[in-house]
Amino acid sequence: MAKIGDSVKRVGIEDRVSGALKFAADLKFNNILHVKLVRLDVGHARINAIDTSEASQIPGVRYIFTSEDMPKPMPLYGPFYDDQPIIAVGEIKFHGDPVAAVVAETEDIAEKAAKLVEVDFEELDGVYTVEQALAPDAPLVQDPSIRVRKDLAQTNIFEDWQYGWGDPENAPADFVIDDEFNFPMTTHFAIEPHVFIAAPDQDGVLIRSTVQHPFLLQRVISNTLNIPVSKIRVIPTELGGAFGGKGYPKFEPLVAFIAMKLQQPVRLRFSLEETFLVGRRTSSSIHVTAGFMKDGRLSFMKVNADFLMGAFSNASPRVVAKAANAGCGIYNPPNASIYARAILSHTIPGTAFRGFGAPQFMWALDSIMDMAARALDIDPLELRLKNIPNRGEVFLHGEKACDGDWKEGLTKAAEAIGWGSPLPENRGRGLGIGVKTPAPATVSQSMVRMHHDGSVTILVGTTEMGQGARTVMAQLVSDAMDIPMNRINIINGDTGVVPFDSVTASSRSTVFMGNAVQRACDDLKKKLVDLTVKYFEVNPETIEFIGGQIVYDGGTINYKEVLTAHYGGFQGEVIGLGLYKEPLLKDHPLKGGVSFYEVIFAGAEVEVDKETGFVHMKKLVTVGDVGKAINPLAVETQDEGGAIMGLGHSLMEHLIMDRKGRFINLGALDYRIPTTLDIPEFFQSKLIENMDGTGPSGAKGVGESGIIPIGSAVGLAIAEATGVFFHDLPLTPERVWKGLQDAQVSHSHMGKNFPQDDEGGKKG
Amino acid sequence: MEIKNVHEITININDQPYTIGVQAHHTLLDVLRDQLDITGPKECCGVGECGACTVLLDGQAVNACLILAVEVDGSEIITIEGLGGSVHLSPLQQAFIDAGAVQCGFCTPGMIMAAQYLLNTYPEPTKEEVRVALSGNLCRCTGYDRIIDAVLSVSRQQKERVK
Repeated sequence: MAKIGDSVKRVGIEDRVSGALKFAADLKFNNILHVKLVRLDVGHARINAIDTSEASQIPGVRYIFTSEDMPKPMPLYGPFYDDQPIIAVGEIKFHGDPVAAVVAETEDIAEKAAKLVEVDFEELDGVYTVEQALAPDAPLVQDPSIRVRKDLAQTNIFEDWQYGWGDPENAPADFVIDDEFNFPMTTHFAIEPHVFIAAPDQDGVLIRSTVQHPFLLQRVISNTLNIPVSKIRVIPTELGGAFGGKGYPKFEPLVAFIAMKLQQPVRLRFSLEETFLVGRRTSSSIHVTAGFMKDGRLSFMKVNADFLMGAFSNASPRVVAKAANAGCGIYNPPNASIYARAILSHTIPGTAFRGFGAPQFMWALDSIMDMAARALDIDPLELRLKNIPNRGEVFLHGEKACDGDWKEGLTKAAEAIGWGSPLPENRGRGLGIGVKTPAPATVSQSMVRMHHDGSVTILVGTTEMGQGARTVMAQLVSDAMDIPMNRINIINGDTGVVPFDSVTASSRSTVFMGNAVQRACDDLKKKLVDLTVKYFEVNPETIEFIGGQIVYDGGTINYKEVLTAHYGGFQGEVIGLGLYKEPLLKDHPLKGGVSFYEVIFAGAEVEVDKETGFVHMKKLVTVGDVGKAINPLAVETQDEGGAIMGLGHSLMEHLIMDRKGRFINLGALDYRIPTTLDIPEFFQSKLIENMDGTGPSGAKGVGESGIIPIGSAVGLAIAEATGVFFHDLPLTPERVWKGLQDAQVSHSHMGKNFPQDDEGGKKG
Repeated sequence: MEIKNVHEITININDQPYTIGVQAHHTLLDVLRDQLDITGPKECCGVGECGACTVLLDGQAVNACLILAVEVDGSEIITIEGLGGSVHLSPLQQAFIDAGAVQCGFCTPGMIMAAQYLLNTYPEPTKEEVRVALSGNLCRCTGYDRIIDAVLSVSRQQKERVK
């Protein structure tokens, strides 16, 4: 039997190492048509005319869809706001916005024909940075008539948020520091590119997609195409990594529309380059002003954050609203103001990305703490320890109090990298903190079916994307029913089969769905007890579930015997249902409170080659405050993967645009992610388990946190190694080298010699 | 008009002989995946940078996306499916499981083939040699450390067996 806390083998892992597992692109369907999108090599343009005549004549081309073929008015969609057309109408709003969809009998034919679609277009001025978007004469990215915030409709500010407490304007301070820090656009780069498949299904549509949130997609398709929810079935395929990039609806509305129109299955398979054009991390400029007392205690923090979203909202406004709500991280100034704006631009839509806005804030906040530490001549660890809460202390006012032993965690991370011991020249150490909260007021439902032989099938809406949810859910059932893992099967995600789940996101599944699964087991056990009492004259008070059997004072009965007694043998099943939800709070800015804090600490040690600017990773350690690791190996490896992904945005990853808003480093050749050669010499993920979360056995969510503190830990280690504070991630060799050159020229004192961005993308 | 451009090739894949017609512009990866339904080799970047399509071609690890199918006439190819099925796992496949080296598994077939090539050619690699050998295989989930451990553990096992 698997117990909570065992590192049991992943469910279905044999198929992953043997090549047997079928991902979306591996699935074969008879009679399927292939879709290729037509895009323009420009950031913003007016479409004058689309000529499909030559392309249509290619044998095997079945249909070419443009906005002319869509319902009028054009249906708009989005997970939070309906603002994205199914296909571009009259104008493309970003590099990659599709103007036509070619449907053909083979991928080759579709690709060939797509190149022959002639688009007469006129390039328009676009806004590609925060400055451009906020300029007085800036073109408006979205039609004011569809904007929800009418007060901002004549600007490119999509939405803004103000949070805070105390009186930061009048708070005393012995020392005030302020500065601004920029975080790049990055791409998820799941190794599996996106695939969208749709087929007519009776009088509805069946969608197979590389999607994390099948029920959210079902709702969006229903809303966009005006079909009842029950007529839309979404089956998430096995996901080859996701990281938020596969969360919110992408081109499923388009393929669903095409499949229904042609009454034939269609598939749209993206290349990696095309996948880059689907969504990205929301870039940011975050200005922090912090006031300290002489002893190093924070008096106030004022945080102003501008996030550059894309042309359509997708999940960006939610990213900004949610991350800004925890805009001082776990620092606990008694006075705080956080003001954040989500700003429209003619760029790839920003979306969810592991950390959901938190890495952006923490890069700024941790940097300010180290700058202050240097100015106040206080050790950066000590300064942090003075300004993070103890268990039970309110730090984010109006929300749940501190639910962990965070000073212990931070100290462990520092100790693990030898904090305080002498370092050779060109070496430096840095600390980073990560915090985020799960999606509030969400719902998870589950079903646990016990078959007539006593084996169990679990049905959950949680998708498996490599994070190990399937294993954790099966492990919880194995633990609760005390049956071996090989007696349990799990069905994930298929909206036609499994009960509702809000999203597989925000590190919520182990807590929300984990609770729902445990509750379904409780329900199942209750029903088994009732049946046992009914057929076997057993005192219910004495019943225990041990070794896959019902044990009572006079003996044991196995599950099969109970089901046989009730149903007569070889038929029938007992079904347990479970629900976990947290309350919708109408007056809360996020419509719900914090279930748990996902907190992690990181320590890094680097060696900087001052001749080349190259950063060599000596050590990287994370310490996750996880409550309880249901499967410790799965948790540790999530944190490790997150940390190395964070190394990407710290040292090498950023999407680069030219002046026309074209993304010029699409694909694996030009967009570098970490390889085996980039990982630290010493690399460790540690866990703190104090059983203090809201999930099963006190578990908290994990999965996103690993990435959050890495920019700070690595960037501040570089600052210590070089004496120069940097403001723009990623810290590529060029940027580090240039920063050092500029610092030499200016001879300024530490903390003032800020390197300039050399790639024209300072804001955004 | 589609120009007929089909060439007949004879290849041996995972100990199975095939004589098939292939299009001149199709890569080995296209033919494996789309024509023969051998989908263990994956397509990610399509330009030889990610290693997800790594197979052994006459004993050499190659990116199947960079090789035209017409070029492999007469060759022997081993894909992940040729190492052992999900019931009879190879030592390296088992090591990936034991070490916690797999999350989503999309890079895993290519990663294992690249690692197998290393072990075939350098049975006792150092950690640094493993890092270099796998530097052409991208993984976005694991952070690589456990993958390197998995490869080194097989090398150790083989050494122990010899003793």
